[in-house]
Amino acid sequence: MTSRPIGKDVPRVDGWAKATGSALYTDDLSLPGMLHGALLRSPVPHARIAHLDTRRAAALPGVKAVVVGSDLPAVRYGNWRLVPTTQDELALARDKVRFVGDEVAAVAAVDRDTAEEALALIRVEYEPLPAVFDLDAAMAAGAPVLHEATPDNVSVTRKIAFGDLEAGFGASDYVREDTFTVQAVSHAYLEPCATLAQADDLGRITLTTSTQTPYIVQCLLASTLGLRENEVRVVKPAVGGGFGGKMELRPWDVCAAFIARRTGKPVKFTLSREEELATGRRRHPMRLRSRVGFKRDGTLMAKDFQVLLEGGAYNSMGPTATFLVGNFGAMLYRYPAYRYAGAHVYTNHAPAGAMRGFGAPQALFATETQMNMAAEALGIDPIELRLKNAMRPGDEIPDVATVGTCGFSECLERVAEMSGWREKRSQGPGKGGGKGLGIGCYSFITGGVFNWFNTPYPFSAAEVRAYADGTVHLLTMASDIGQGSDTVLQQILAEELGIRMQDIHMTAGDTAMTPKGDLGTWGSRVTLMAGNAVLEAARQVKEELARMVSLRFDLNVVQEVELKDGMVRSKFRPDRGIPFAEAVAMAQKANRGKPVIGRGTYTPRDMGLVTPTFSFGAQVAEVDVDRETGVTRVTKVYTAHDCGTVLNPMAVDGQVHGCIQMGMGYALSEELVMRDGKTVNASFLDYKMPGALDMPECEAVCVETHDPRGPFGAKETGEGPISATAPAIADAVWHASGHRATALPITAEKLLAALDGDDSVAGERRAEASCAVPDPRPRG
Amino acid sequence: MKQTIRLRVNGDAYEVAVPPWRTLNEVLREDLRLTGTKRGCGDGDCGACTVLLDGRSVTSCLMLAVEAVGHEVTTVEGLATARDALHPVQAEFIAAGAIQCGYCTPGMELSAAYLLSRNPAPTDDEIRRGLSGNLCRCTGYQKIFEAVRRAADRLKEAARPDAAAGDPATGGPAGGDPSGGGARP
Ligand code: FES
Ligand code: FES
Repeated sequence: MTSRPIGKDVPRVDGWAKATGSALYTDDLSLPGMLHGALLRSPVPHARIAHLDTRRAAALPGVKAVVVGSDLPAVRYGNWRLVPTTQDELALARDKVRFVGDEVAAVAAVDRDTAEEALALIRVEYEPLPAVFDLDAAMAAGAPVLHEATPDNVSVTRKIAFGDLEAGFGASDYVREDTFTVQAVSHAYLEPCATLAQADDLGRITLTTSTQTPYIVQCLLASTLGLRENEVRVVKPAVGGGFGGKMELRPWDVCAAFIARRTGKPVKFTLSREEELATGRRRHPMRLRSRVGFKRDGTLMAKDFQVLLEGGAYNSMGPTATFLVGNFGAMLYRYPAYRYAGAHVYTNHAPAGAMRGFGAPQALFATETQMNMAAEALGIDPIELRLKNAMRPGDEIPDVATVGTCGFSECLERVAEMSGWREKRSQGPGKGGGKGLGIGCYSFITGGVFNWFNTPYPFSAAEVRAYADGTVHLLTMASDIGQGSDTVLQQILAEELGIRMQDIHMTAGDTAMTPKGDLGTWGSRVTLMAGNAVLEAARQVKEELARMVSLRFDLNVVQEVELKDGMVRSKFRPDRGIPFAEAVAMAQKANRGKPVIGRGTYTPRDMGLVTPTFSFGAQVAEVDVDRETGVTRVTKVYTAHDCGTVLNPMAVDGQVHGCIQMGMGYALSEELVMRDGKTVNASFLDYKMPGALDMPECEAVCVETHDPRGPFGAKETGEGPISATAPAIADAVWHASGHRATALPITAEKLLAALDGDDSVAGERRAEASCAVPDPRPRG
Repeated sequence: MKQTIRLRVNGDAYEVAVPPWRTLNEVLREDLRLTGTKRGCGDGDCGACTVLLDGRSVTSCLMLAVEAVGHEVTTVEGLATARDALHPVQAEFIAAGAIQCGYCTPGMELSAAYLLSRNPAPTDDEIRRGLSGNLCRCTGYQKIFEAVRRAADRLKEAARPDAAAGDPATGGPAGGDPSGGGARP
């Protein structure tokens, strides 16, 4: 294999393990004497727990522990450690349950059947409380209160404002106001959550868990058990997808660790698919109101954006979502004036959390659909309208973020070319015999810079140990959950040290073995942040080896030393050099046996509130709408995207395809259907995500930029494209059928009803539905 | 309540005591510790638990272990003949980038192997249909389709009369049995 792996289709380093079935995921692990855990969940959406009786369960032979809320320390947790008042969860309910599925008790037994049997023996008396299932009910005066500290059920409000809004609208020739609604969808990672806890003689914990954020789990688990941070070790094994759904401490982690400490036995919990779909995290449903003003020539003048987020019963990552929606509402285009207000509202539903694209799919479905509506009304081609207003390098959202590299305009041009846009779109809506094409665009963050977890460590870190046998050991807490970051980080290291991929051995995602810290996999941060940490560590090794070669060959001080093809040598006189292994041996000798180690960290500083740099892209979807059945088939999706410099084209393609698949489900078929607080469709049979038969052909090109903040110029690619797909499909549906959807998903039933002129079934919001965000309450 | 049954898995004979309601998936994963077979739903909806029964793909979560008695079961662990002799489907899944989180991969590979054993030159449509029982949440399927196309080409190549049997370069098992089912001594 080449020693210059950057920019190549390098296959995954864990490909063999996964292809042969030897990769170990949490539920694949089992230990001698291991107990099996199960969780009792609330069957009601809102109730006081009047009485709990676990005696019969505890007496069942084979049951080793039954735990209820009052057994655990009363420590509330949540990812927003920076603002402790947002931390509103307990692993097991103490006095009240707030959604169907809220964890009430945990059992551990010698086998799973016994644990399940024991659950059925626990008696709980619930005193029902009135519940709220939607934004209006939750925000109504006198509504039932979920959390006493939040009497209005509005747990977070955020604002962003810049420019003179009134002047902007005053100077506009064309103003429109629309309301959009988007639904809850599931991450539906294929591997259900699982966790395995072991305790040692002192009660210290090793937790192997299906997580994308080992460090966050370590800290929060320690706090809930009253342990010191480093008395908990979290190990991330192979993880079967996360998409944002595995980035928090979860009740089963706490229960497994607590029971392991109490019994001295290893304890494993594995969730069922039904638990995942019925009670698991989900994408925030939102209602978004957007008012936007243009000049007659299409120049954007102002935007007023109000968003209500339905958070469900707990905050989870809601505070971040509430901010990011407003940020993404201001991206893509140059708004001279912008105002955003968002509110996160509690309801008696399973909590929403972070999910791929976090905040952008919702904000951009609204933004992009409205852009297409405005284009139609102004009589301007939607791509021309976008080109006129497209963000450029150096643009800023004042006091929030600055755009670094930006290939957005090129993406628009390219996607127009690829898709034959100008010709195909020249036909009016509903004129193509059921065929149509539409556009949506995206921008996304490359890692988040806001320290909501309040980590006292670097955001990412890496250690590189070089050995005299020519091998190198890379240690980092960065967490590959399927996206391929282990491969990309090794590519970066191999490139920088001029060695081969197979010379590298890697330890990752282990809080005891890898350098602190790392905030995990979310916000498309790993390639940039962990990648920069790896680069810095590699450069220290490089520096050390360069010194050896410079001494050995008495190189002139101006001569560059390069690490390439397994050699450390003068760039100017390549014959003056020695193999990498030899250089390491020399350095070690020169340092009296001290190993050659590089340590790198990355912490974003002075980069605004959002991210070091943004990705951009434009997408065109082609659809076929069957007027008789209302079924929309997506036939082709074209993507032109700016993800900086491409480090691994095959991996980038895979991310784009995965985004399109998930975005298409969001657009057309996926929805967690709720009735009286219960998730009605909690199986893969009823929760409709795109399968092999549904996927369209995907064609993607990269509009490369070189971002100075990314390793080798790279930016994100794993999340951005998902946000373009739903608006592109919705626009294509309009072009194919004449119906403009402002609510997702565009199911056959809804589309058929809309085409037949029945708006009530179509689920389109009445224009007067309120999106008013209340003023922040003074908090005590 | 338990009964002792004999199972043949990947050519090996096992004797296990299981209650009659235990699924093949549970017995493979928990009793035989063949954890390459995954469980994504337990309801027959995702295909992550796919194994071959006498060379035909079945969802092991819907099958009782006792029903597998008298049949040859092939799991992902039985697809490769050696560390460096992967089944062409496995080799191409890796090379084509068809694996991300990998949780769907074993089931996906077995469905693909089954498809190619019945239809060595599938059309794109036949590949899609052959994999329609297997959900993947990561890849958008494109690279999985590509891997199956490439594996079909490789098998065709290996089946040519002049091709060396079990060519280590192609990673094909000797004789090129695409299903991997029941072929091992
Ligand atoms: S686990 Fe068997 S089909 Fe999903
Ligand atoms: S690779 Fe993750 S589900 Fe297919």
